[in-house]
Parts: sequence; C-alpha cells; structure tokens
Amino acid sequence: MTVQTPVNSLRSQPDETGHFGQFGGRYVAETLMPLILDLEAEYRRAQEDPAFHAEMDDLLKTFVGRPTPLYPAPRLTEHFRKLAPEGKGPKIYLKREDLNHTGAHKINNCVGQILLAMRMGKTKIIAETGAGQHGVATATVAARFGLPCTIFMGAKDVERQKPNVFRMKLLGAEVLPVTSGAETLKDAMNEALRHWVANVHDTFYIIGTAAGPHPYPELVRDFQSVIGIETKAQMLEVEGRLPDMVVACVGGGSNAIGMFHPFLDDPEVAMVGIEAAGYGVETGKHAASLTGGRPGILHGNKTYLLQDEDGQITEAHSISAGLDYPGLGPEHSWLHENGRVKYVPITDDQAMEAFQLCCALEGIIPALETAHALAALPELTAQMDADKLLVINLSGRGDKDIFTVADALGFDL
Amino acid sequence: MTTRFETTFAKGPALVCFITGGDGDTAANLDALVAGGADVIELGMPFTDPMADGPVIQQANLRALAKGVRTADIFRIAADFRQRHPTVPLVLMGYANPMTIRGPEWFAQECAAAGVDGVICVDIPAEEDATLGPALREQGVSLIRLATPTTDTARLPAVLAGSSGFLYYVSVAGVTGKQQAAQGSIEDAVARLKAASNVPVAVGFGVRTPEQAAAIAKVADGVVVGSALVELVAKHGEDAPAALQAYTAQLSQAVHAAR
Repeated sequence: MTVQTPVNSLRSQPDETGHFGQFGGRYVAETLMPLILDLEAEYRRAQEDPAFHAEMDDLLKTFVGRPTPLYPAPRLTEHFRKLAPEGKGPKIYLKREDLNHTGAHKINNCVGQILLAMRMGKTKIIAETGAGQHGVATATVAARFGLPCTIFMGAKDVERQKPNVFRMKLLGAEVLPVTSGAETLKDAMNEALRHWVANVHDTFYIIGTAAGPHPYPELVRDFQSVIGIETKAQMLEVEGRLPDMVVACVGGGSNAIGMFHPFLDDPEVAMVGIEAAGYGVETGKHAASLTGGRPGILHGNKTYLLQDEDGQITEAHSISAGLDYPGLGPEHSWLHENGRVKYVPITDDQAMEAFQLCCALEGIIPALETAHALAALPELTAQMDADKLLVINLSGRGDKDIFTVADALGFDL
Repeated sequence: MTTRFETTFAKGPALVCFITGGDGDTAANLDALVAGGADVIELGMPFTDPMADGPVIQQANLRALAKGVRTADIFRIAADFRQRHPTVPLVLMGYANPMTIRGPEWFAQECAAAGVDGVICVDIPAEEDATLGPALREQGVSLIRLATPTTDTARLPAVLAGSSGFLYYVSVAGVTGKQQAAQGSIEDAVARLKAASNVPVAVGFGVRTPEQAAAIAKVADGVVVGSALVELVAKHGEDAPAALQAYTAQLSQAVHAAR
C-alpha cells in the first residue's frame, strides 16, 4: 500500500507554485526565473532517484557523522525541576547537532545542495554567510567535491568573525567582504544574488537557510528534516513514545523547520520556535520578525519581515550573528499564522545566561543561536509536568562565539 | 483611447531615461531630461535592498532614503511631473515590497491618481503576477515586464501575458550599470522578441554612450539609459540639471537619428 499524505496534513506544503498559504513564492528577477524552474525540476528528479538518496545517506553517515545522539541532559533536567513548582519540570533531551562535522546542522543542507549542483552540471559554488557557519559548511562540501567556492560575507561580519573567515580560506574558499548597506547578512545575501544573476550559466547558489525563492525553502527543509526524523526514531526507541514538546531557535529557521516538520502531523507534540529579541522587542533593536514584524517580500519570498510602513527593510540586531537577519523562512510565517508552532522572543541577556548554564551543567558549549532556545527553558519547564518529555535542538557548538561571549562578560582574551 | 506610450513609440525609436526618485532635486532633474529630449521617464522608487542594481543605483537608493524620502514623496514627484508634462509617459520602477506593502490596490490607485502610465517591478516575475498585475490592470496602469537573455522562446508568452506599454529587454544577465552586451546579441534578441509580441521593445542595462544608443535604436523601439544619468546626479548634486540636459541631448540625438 502506498503511504499518502492526508489531505488535511500540515506536511504537504508548499503548493505546486511554491506557496505556503500566502507565504513563500518566487519573487526573483526574470534572469533567475528559468534557473529556479530548472532547479525545481532537477530536485524532483533527485527525489525520485534512489542513487541520490543513497549518496546523500552515505555522506551524512561517513562525512558528516550522522546520526547525531539524542542526549538526556540530567543536570539541566534536575536544575529546572528544582526551580519549577511541585510536580513540574519535564525530562530534557538535547539533539546534538553540534556534533556534526563543522559543528552545526548547516552541513546537512550543504551536502544535499552540492549534490544537486553537480547533477545540474554547475561548476562554481556561491553562498552567503553571517556568522560564518554556513560559509564554513559550504566551503567544506566545495572542498570535498573539488568545486571553486566564493562566500559573500558582510564586511562587519568579516571583522567580527575572523576565525571562521580563516577556516573558509583554509578550505579553499574565496571570502568576499560586502561593503554595501549595513555590511551584515542581509547585504551579503543581496550581493550573492547580484553575483548569481550575472553568472547563472555556471554557478549554483547554496542558500543557507529555509528561505529564498521556491524551491529553496522546501529543499532546505527536506535536507534538514533528518534532524526531526532521527529525533522521532530515537525518542521512540528510548522512551517508547513521542516527545511532548520540541524547541528550536529560529533565525532563517532551517534547524527549527528540520526538527519540526516531521512532527507537524503529530498533534500531541507541541512546538516552540525561539526568535532573537536582541535588547528587547520593545527597544526596536531585535531580530524577532514574527513578534515585531509583518508580512512582506524580500530575497525571493513573501514572509514576515522587519520593516517600516513604506516597506523599507529595517536593520536587525542580535548578539548572535546567525540570528541577525530581518526575516525568516516562509514556512515559519505560515506555521505562526495557523498556530501550529508558537514563537517566543528571547533577549541577548537571557541567551547569555543560558549559554553559561549549559556550559556549567552539561559540559556543552552551545552556539549563541542555540543558547536562545535553551533560554526558553525556565518558562517552558515551569508549566510542564515532570513526566513529560522536552527536546531542545542543540543546533550548533559555541566555539565560534567565545570572543563575543568573553566581550559580553568583560573578559579580555 | 490612445495611450501616452502608443503616441510616443509611434514616432519611432524612443529614449527612455531613468533616475532615482528623491536623489537630488528630482523635479528639476526630470525637467532637464525632458528638455534634453527624453521620450519616456522611468522614476526609480528607492528601496533598502535593491538586489538587481549595481553600485551606482544602489548608492542613489541609499542617498534618497538617507534624506528621508518616503513613498508619498515619490507619488508627489510623479503627480507634479504629470502636471508639468501632460504627454510624456511616466514609469515607476522598483521592488515588490514598497509597491505591495499597503496592498496592490492602494499602489495601483496611487499610480493612476498621480498619472503614472506604467510600472516595472524587478522582483515580481510572471509566476507571481497575482501579487500586483491584476490591481494595475484594473486601474489601467501598464505592467511592463522584463525579458532577459535567459528568457527562452518557450517562456516568452508567459512573460508577455498581462503586460502592456512596452517590453523591457534586459540585455545582459547581471545588475544595472555594469557590463554591456554585444550589439549582435541585442539584435538577435530584439528580433526574437518582436516576432513574439506586438508591444514596443526597449533595451536597457549597461547602455551608457550615444554610440551604443544609436546602434540599439537601429533595431529596437526604445533605448533605456539609467546608471550613466544617475552618476551625473551623484557627481553634480544641485547642479545636475545642466549636466543631465546636455548628456540627454546627445543621447536623444543619437536615438532619434534612427527615426
């Protein structure tokens, strides 16, 4: 019997034109449109091709190091049980995406996209990066497959993420500092799109998050869904049931959608996405697009954006460079509006506190992005019974962030 | 009813001039373009993230926004232009978000009220027409589509459907104001586009000099010049009108010589 997605499934998006309800779509210049259509056609062929899946699975196992562990975090669990009211405080698990090669979930998507690039006969790779994690993951797969690679990175980010810039260079990538606009991730994406328009004939753009024009949000989600699929199987194996809640941080939202998507049709699993509130949503200096923004069109898709009443995009702020973007993937906008996922803002200060707590209690240095998800634990655990199960997607490790953290804590390295 | 586009293109090859709204003294600059012989005006709506533009027009966008130019100012500039120049076709060119943020109906009504003849939206391809196209057509404002070197013959009918005014051929795969296309490739493309459509075809992106403009005017219905003019605005500031008029006169002479 063929397994069919039920008609009322939340997992059947996007529609055939690339829309998640009113969100998503293909808002690109005409020059890119034929290529976007080609990419979609090639992705459909790859989806049907057992050889593609076999190669992907093999790379995820032997190169990336999957499956990643689902780790029961005993001291975090104990810590929050003590703080919670009597009988509250769920068992906390961490999905250890930080243990992937290159230290974050980003590589899952890069492996998939570079295989697509080669299927399409493209000979050059470009990508944008903010903190440098996606840049490093892209440079890594480009090196692995011997393709020349150019990474667009805001000049300000090049300055504040020097270790990652050097890693990319070691991996053979060219890093182009972008000096337009505010010189951060948004501007890096603009510049990558400009380069792509001029080089569509031979260049593949590996977009780092589940955003951009269709089919990127779909295919990035699919490549990241390995996170949720593994979590589901692992939880069934150790606990014999599904988790009661899964939590993930949301910048563009690729780690979150990868965790959430396999659970969308399991109504017993609650889902929480954590947005970066920077200095606080009320200050205007934040990156919480759902809490503080509204729907608009940027970078190829319709989604929630930080913008003024004229539709001019406003600058995001977050201590975490990976969340410092004024939008997010269109599927999150859809899941926000239909209420399936609850999105909560967490400030820089809350994230810093959770960062230190995770280091001290579990011996794990989380990425600052991930620390935002951990920072939701005080509120979430206080409301959940002790026999419940909660999974945090530990999306990346924090080695890259030690300079930022040292600075915030007043240490001189 | 004959549109301003039809009247203008009926005279033979037209010079289409672009400048960014709110960058410099836009009213005076637009008057200078018309005085110099511009046949169609493209007024750029500033946007924070002009993905399809090269450095020259990016900077113009940022200069305008830094001065506090708002969407309402652009419509005021357009409406005032229409008062002063009742017969010159006026096109707004820009990006999807500022055009749709208050709803496409609002934008289309404002265009109609300001006497705007057509709209070019860089990041709404034919596939997303519903986002803006129906509202513009309802108000009788032309949706001007872009065709590019990557637009193949199979795709062309979809690009043309629902468009009017003229077809803008982007002669290079790239951003505005950078490299220029080989004349031969332009001639082939324009021939292909004209065979498939009955709207005039204007060619732009990377067209800077009277010589290039003259060559293109021999095969196309219109020649679009943008970055070269925006550079003059950046260079001369408040004194830009004189420079714009002088340069536009050279361009229009070159284009109109093909009539």
